[in-house]
Amino acid sequence: MIGMKINDFYMDVLKETGNIGAGNAATALAKLLKKKITMDVPKVKIMVFSKVSELMGSAEEPVAGVLIKILGDLPGYILFIMEYKTALALADNILMMNRVTGVDLGELKNIEISVIKEVGNIVAGSYLSALASLTGLRVRTSVPGIAIDMAGAILSVPAIEYGKVSDVVLYIETKFSEGTADIKGHFILVPALESFEILMKALGVDSK
Amino acid sequence: MNDNCCTRSVKIGMAELEVLDHPGILATLGLGSCIGIALYDRETKAIGLAHVMLPSSLQIKNDKININKGKFVDTAILELLEKMMKSGASKENIVAKLVGGAQMFTFNDATDIMRIGERNIIAARERLWELGIPIIAEDVGGNYGRTIEFYSSDGKLIVKTLGFGIKEI
Repeated sequence: MIGMKINDFYMDVLKETGNIGAGNAATALAKLLKKKITMDVPKVKIMVFSKVSELMGSAEEPVAGVLIKILGDLPGYILFIMEYKTALALADNILMMNRVTGVDLGELKNIEISVIKEVGNIVAGSYLSALASLTGLRVRTSVPGIAIDMAGAILSVPAIEYGKVSDVVLYIETKFSEGTADIKGHFILVPALESFEILMKALGVDSK
Repeated sequence: MNDNCCTRSVKIGMAELEVLDHPGILATLGLGSCIGIALYDRETKAIGLAHVMLPSSLQIKNDKININKGKFVDTAILELLEKMMKSGASKENIVAKLVGGAQMFTFNDATDIMRIGERNIIAARERLWELGIPIIAEDVGGNYGRTIEFYSSDGKLIVKTLGFGIKEI
């Protein structure tokens, strides 16, 4: 099973899909924000559960998570997660609002939540289409779900899915920049149990 | 003797568990769909806390990953009990508190991944009932994350949230 043995080749392929996916995402974001967006080469990382909650700094760090269900040849989920203040800045940017102070979680309006959700949807969708074209697999996505809460709480969702097959979580760190502002985000791809092998096969990796 | 001088304070992560003798404080941050199982011995004041991810080790076929006892409701409760009893606690004095088991995301169709929090809550209640350990307080379910601090002095458990206040159970 792949959960046990994540080899270098698999990592390289994920990194490459991450690279292409993030490239697509940067283009999409640039269109949305009407600004020039640059990106770093994504990093693929493996983390044990006990450290997962600290992915965004503290487990209590407020973050925005957008979860999308993957349908088609590669059932599973993809989570895109970014810091709350980054998400808010993005939403403000798109909605053309100039705020002097931050907004508490409870005071977020539906329109802001919708914008954050859509940004996550675009970014994660771009990553998925890269994965689909590299593997030749056909994937569709669901309407996204959003949660704005403690990092640990949101990350427990993909971690639990990984928990069924392994003791680690695999994720892709992507950093976009707009001018001097960094938009740091993480993708966590959560293939359904049967999808691990489908993915390996499509990537031409021997999963035995 | 002054409690503060030698109070041990330990923070546990996902799939971890810990037991402390009095005086001690156990904490875990950002519980989402995971469930925090807190055990307290009313006599010795020993405390145990597990940050559990999945309802049952028996549903997992791969033996290699079942070694991690803190990951599952069934194995974590037994391990906590064993550790507490080793340090002098007795089962008839032990009571439990449950926190977490939220549903962080909502989709139109309630799939398995979304209901995991609820399944964790049910599994924990069932296992504790089977072992005859009373649950004296709960703060479970909902759609938000929780941070908990568990105190050996009186077994109180502080639950913190983002936007849903702080409470003591």
